[in-house]
Amino acid sequence: MTDLYAPIGHILLYIFLAPLFGGVLVGLDRIVTARMQSRYGPPLLQPFYDVLKLLRKQNLTVNRFHSYFLCWFLVFMLVSGSMFFVGSDLLMVIFAFIVADMFLVLSAYSTNSPYSSIGAERELLQMLSAEPMMLIAAVGLYMVTGSFDVSVIASSGDLLILYLPGVFLGLVYVLTIKLRKSPFDLSTSHHAHQELVKGVTTEFAGPSLALIEIEHWYEMILLLGMVYLFFAFNTILAVVVTLLVYFLEVLIDNTNARVKWELMLKSAWLVTLVLGIGNLFVLYFVFHR
Amino acid sequence: MHWIIFLILFPLLPAVLLLVFKSASVQKWIVLISSVFICTGAIGLAITNTQGQAQYFQIGSDFFNWLIVAGDIALALVFLYICRRLPLKLYWIPLLVIVQYGAVVWYDLTGRVPETQVCLFIDNLSLIMALIIGIVGSLITIYTVGYMQHYHEEHPEVPDRRGEFLAAIFLFFFAMYGIIFSNSITWIYFFWKITTLCSFIMIRYSLSEEAIHNAFRALWMLLIGGLAFSASILYVSNHCGTVELHRLVAMDKTIVLLPILLISFAGLNKAAQFPFAKWLLGAMVAPTPSSALLHSSTMVKAGVYITLRCSPVLENTWAGMMVAFIGGLSFLAGSALAISQRDGKKVLAYSTIGNLGLIILCAGIGSHRVLWAAVLLIIFHALAKALMFLCVGTVEQQTGSRDIEEMHGLISRMPVLTIIMLVGIAGMFLAPFGMLISKWAVIEALANKNPVFAPVVIFGGSLMLFFWAKWMGKLVSVIGPQPSQEKGIGIEWIAFYGLGLLTVLICALYPLVGRYMIEPLYGYDPMLSWRVELTVGIMLGLMILLPLGFFVHWKNLVHVKPYLSGANVTDPHQFMGSFGSARDWSFKNYYIHKYFGEERLFRGAIVGSIVLALLMFFMVKP
Amino acid sequence: MAFIKRSPWIFHYDGSSCNGCDIEILACLTPMYDVERFGVINTGNPKHSDILLITGSINTQNQQVVKTIYEQMGYPKAVIAVGTCATSGHFFAECYNTLGGVDTTIPVDLYIPGCAVRPEAIIDSVVQSLGILEEKHKRRQGAQKMGAV
Repeated sequence: MTDLYAPIGHILLYIFLAPLFGGVLVGLDRIVTARMQSRYGPPLLQPFYDVLKLLRKQNLTVNRFHSYFLCWFLVFMLVSGSMFFVGSDLLMVIFAFIVADMFLVLSAYSTNSPYSSIGAERELLQMLSAEPMMLIAAVGLYMVTGSFDVSVIASSGDLLILYLPGVFLGLVYVLTIKLRKSPFDLSTSHHAHQELVKGVTTEFAGPSLALIEIEHWYEMILLLGMVYLFFAFNTILAVVVTLLVYFLEVLIDNTNARVKWELMLKSAWLVTLVLGIGNLFVLYFVFHR
Repeated sequence: MHWIIFLILFPLLPAVLLLVFKSASVQKWIVLISSVFICTGAIGLAITNTQGQAQYFQIGSDFFNWLIVAGDIALALVFLYICRRLPLKLYWIPLLVIVQYGAVVWYDLTGRVPETQVCLFIDNLSLIMALIIGIVGSLITIYTVGYMQHYHEEHPEVPDRRGEFLAAIFLFFFAMYGIIFSNSITWIYFFWKITTLCSFIMIRYSLSEEAIHNAFRALWMLLIGGLAFSASILYVSNHCGTVELHRLVAMDKTIVLLPILLISFAGLNKAAQFPFAKWLLGAMVAPTPSSALLHSSTMVKAGVYITLRCSPVLENTWAGMMVAFIGGLSFLAGSALAISQRDGKKVLAYSTIGNLGLIILCAGIGSHRVLWAAVLLIIFHALAKALMFLCVGTVEQQTGSRDIEEMHGLISRMPVLTIIMLVGIAGMFLAPFGMLISKWAVIEALANKNPVFAPVVIFGGSLMLFFWAKWMGKLVSVIGPQPSQEKGIGIEWIAFYGLGLLTVLICALYPLVGRYMIEPLYGYDPMLSWRVELTVGIMLGLMILLPLGFFVHWKNLVHVKPYLSGANVTDPHQFMGSFGSARDWSFKNYYIHKYFGEERLFRGAIVGSIVLALLMFFMVKP
Repeated sequence: MAFIKRSPWIFHYDGSSCNGCDIEILACLTPMYDVERFGVINTGNPKHSDILLITGSINTQNQQVVKTIYEQMGYPKAVIAVGTCATSGHFFAECYNTLGGVDTTIPVDLYIPGCAVRPEAIIDSVVQSLGILEEKHKRRQGAQKMGAV
């Protein structure tokens, strides 16, 4: 029974701390963005103010189902993130993550609104572009460490980045897609892109929107956790690299305009094939023969 | 042993009765009672035979072998009779029949075929197939009764031969049970061709020009598989000294690889892998029960089943690798092509080709963990796909269309059926349902030994997610209160609820299925570890709680219209246009014909698969 | 609720404006004036916003649109009529199609005269509306407690 304390502790830490870290990171994002644009930017804790304000607003809905689906988005995001931080199977973490994203898509579709539906369709295209690379990253990590378990990968002590440079670069590329940063913020965006209003999140108001924001924080911590794994042999280095990668994403966000979905899909798959699968091939033929 | 004989022979009785009694209500009772018998038979067989070891049965006399030969001759004559009115330019169809049957029957009659002693056998794989045929098949047959009633009401121009259709279904049961319980490849060959005949009868049911054309196309394509099968019988008779499957797969590979490869080729052909995918797509013109039964959950499963039987020989050979590549290519191509289809049945057909390709990929690789996953795939795919076909069939009857775009807002028009469809679709690709668990098992198994194949499964899986998810989106759009279009669905509900419940139940019980049914075959798999089971259990438990929320009344919800830039009018599907009049808006899914359309991809897949098939045969030489 | 003061999200609608006031509103978002310091985000969606900034007057074509947008905003919400056209219709008020200022259609909380309005005035009005929003929120909460809403 005592060996349940650690996993439960990890889960609780994730559930309560991840949104705090996530919010701070988003706040940092906005400040850095503002400074890049020669502005001052909002206070660091602005995302929290936003969420707390949204929670008190009126809950406008189109039908009674789409907010309900959002709750399940949160539930499965928590499941996915908890599984990751408990250290269980990385493939299942990614699959649970996909389920969570599916609930977002279903929620948007169920509103029967044109902007939401376009956003949902584009969200599916984003998933199509990004998921193969994430799963291939998991396979790559397996090939080096011999296990899909996050706990084994994180504690393996191998210089994973040396074996998997291509996979890492590919993962950072699709991270832009998953974090919804320009140039790949097709389905919804934090900036005012009026071409699709707010895409997936158009019909959500008040508490539902707050929920989405919190869910994005959990998502971000999970994704950054995956980046962390590649440098897990040295904690400080890993944290620094993760923050650098995040800064890189902010930089890319500010220097690129949104692209069409075809470019996103083609480039993501090209990167997956060349960097991801290429890395796997090299590993297989060099190390397993 | 008696169960086996019962299961094989019993379906012939209702087949005959259905041809004799023409009254619809009598037919309904024949179907219901026979289905219950077959279902009970399959379950009884499973319960009494789960020791896990394969059991072999000898039949005393040679009488049955001669019966099979007589059956072969009769079948050849039936095929030639079918071809009697074909134009001369299609000479090669009867030619195919004559060549393969001529050779096999000659060998039989001149005693060149070695004697079979062990004719029947069962092991857990046969049991699993028997359960699928018995339970899923029976539910589909019950559905057929209701479906055909509506079908003939809506299509008065089609002559009412539903007795023949139902009889063909029971003939098919006879043949399928024959395939999975036979140990002699001559016997399997006989039953194999009967399934071809059943497929032909069912596809041409509506007697329209398209139906007859597609039926003949299915016939000649499947005959090619039969040709490969008969070639393997000849080779085995000349070189291997036995036609018993269990001995063949244990033989030295240098002798037996070529005939086994020919049998696998027949399996690929029956499973509608590329380059033979066209016949399955054409078969979609048949009434839905045949699509559900033959062309997704059972007959095409015979193809993958026989390939699974061959996999011990294919393991660790280059030829086996080519089989796996053909499977992988079919998986990728099938999933990609499904994206561009609007016809619900075509999407399901391509998805079937894709999933069978995945199973073939596992069979070609042949290591134990991969085969473990393959069996799991077979089970879950049969359940979910049959359910989906039945749902689409009924949706087509109730709403008049099976175009996915016409299913927009179906949850408001047919709530119960839509929820069952959502369970079916989720069962095909979403965690924690069966197909996802199986795919997870496949990736884990592949990463272990054959990581170069893992990307194929990953890409195929992502493509699948896209087309299933956008279908779900169409179904889930809430368009406000609508008159129900579910009235008039009668006996079909048994099949819907049955299959829907089974999809969820077998997923929840997958550890039991794994431990008692699959482990005796292929050994322990890490998918049975308590951590995996806990994860799946938690996620499935959450999913089951999901529908409860629909009954809760959420407070403080304020209903507003969707955002249409302020131009909302009363009708939610309209907006105020710039000339002061209300205009329609509509949203259609992306079908992306440019990249995933049939024109480019289909031809590419056929060329690729032919190259791989040729390589496969060339790699037989040591 | 202090938080609505820290995170007012605006939605900008152009009624029939000549775009002069609109450009001044957008200027507030630029590095020159940087309203994001106050947590202001220009959302493109009434359902996400708290403050509606309307420029230009109301005419027969956009009256229903303005009403619909106002309905699709959630409480607490404030309306700011930016510019003289929005306040009263300015010199277009007697045109055959112009109905007048924004208050002919929806309740307005703040009027900013000007043609065009200066960014400093816009920022000042947004800051003032924060107090109005807070007050509305308190009143609504009180009414909810009494069961009136």
